[in-house]
Amino acid sequence: MAGAASWSFSENDFKQIQAHLQAYLRDCNARCALLVDRNGQLVATVGEMPQFDPTAFASLTAADFSANDQLAKMIGEPEFASLVHQGERESMYLADVAKRVILVVLFDRRATLGLVKIKAKGVVENLNKVFEEMFNRVGAGPTQKKGLLEGAEDEIDKLFG
Amino acid sequence: MSMINYASREINCKLVYYGPGLGGKTTNLEHIYGKVSPNTRGKMISLATETERTLFFDFLPVDLGTIRGFKTRFHLYTVPGQVYYNASRKLILKGVDGIVFVADSQIERMEANVESMQNLYDNMAEYGYDLTKIPFVIQYNKRDLPNAAPIKDLQAALNPGWPIEDGAQQKVTPDPAHPGENLIEKAGGEWVGRAAYHEAVAVRGDGVFDTLKAVSKLVLKTLS
Repeated sequence: MAGAASWSFSENDFKQIQAHLQAYLRDCNARCALLVDRNGQLVATVGEMPQFDPTAFASLTAADFSANDQLAKMIGEPEFASLVHQGERESMYLADVAKRVILVVLFDRRATLGLVKIKAKGVVENLNKVFEEMFNRVGAGPTQKKGLLEGAEDEIDKLFG
Repeated sequence: MSMINYASREINCKLVYYGPGLGGKTTNLEHIYGKVSPNTRGKMISLATETERTLFFDFLPVDLGTIRGFKTRFHLYTVPGQVYYNASRKLILKGVDGIVFVADSQIERMEANVESMQNLYDNMAEYGYDLTKIPFVIQYNKRDLPNAAPIKDLQAALNPGWPIEDGAQQKVTPDPAHPGENLIEKAGGEWVGRAAYHEAVAVRGDGVFDTLKAVSKLVLKTLS
């Protein structure tokens, strides 16, 4: 493999993801759900728009998850599929989706950790299906993306002067 | 692993600045942060020790412009250069689209450069990435220092070239940044390829944007 595998998602995928996350937020009363890919890129945000810089948040989330993954291996666990960071007022719950994406749920005292966790099982299953279909789809890899900037060499040259 | 978001019309790519400790990786990002308009860059995150040595990574998102209606957003990361932080360094490489190796030109740091380059090859190989096939640019930093090694010595030690076996690529390819030099050429009967390189004095900002542009362009060209 020359480089890392790539993926892209369509508007329809995006709508499905949003619908699943909205239903989840309603069910557990959490404030906001973010999907971050394992490389630190923000995929989707649903619910209350966060007040912080979401790009920085996404990169830290991925680093947090990756570091914990390595800690898991060190103590003989294949992974920590979910993590909880509990604060006095604000807390977050992180869960693995399809081994490629991280679900981050932000919640406050209006929600309970138990409910956030229990309901997360269902939404993670649904998201796993969406993402696995996306990854398996023919052309979801580099071939489809190749076409995106095909013939744009001049434009790329111009962009960089 | 570049990610294309058709909903927000963005192309997201990950660039990693690699190299030995105190070589100037963080300085590169700080210069970019200081020079790019706040409208086109995000917040810079530094996970550093109290003495400002990178502990985990620095992170800076930058928008470099729009192509075919897609915003090109580059996520710039540095790794901790110190040898014993290899576990963290490896994590940052995951999903990388392009690499900048920031070498410290000082003669005394030659061994540290070579060790870090070897470490980069090893860590990439563990992920199954081939450094000779992904966008890769070398920056020779600290060119202003009196003890800076000559470029040809640095090139010989850090960028000696790799064999080009694909017949389609076996053609003399001039290095646009260095007239008279080639990125691909026949040497001693064998075709060899080398990474593009740029000279820099990152504390003054010299060569910082040339390096960033060179690697970003290579990354976008992999999508074309």
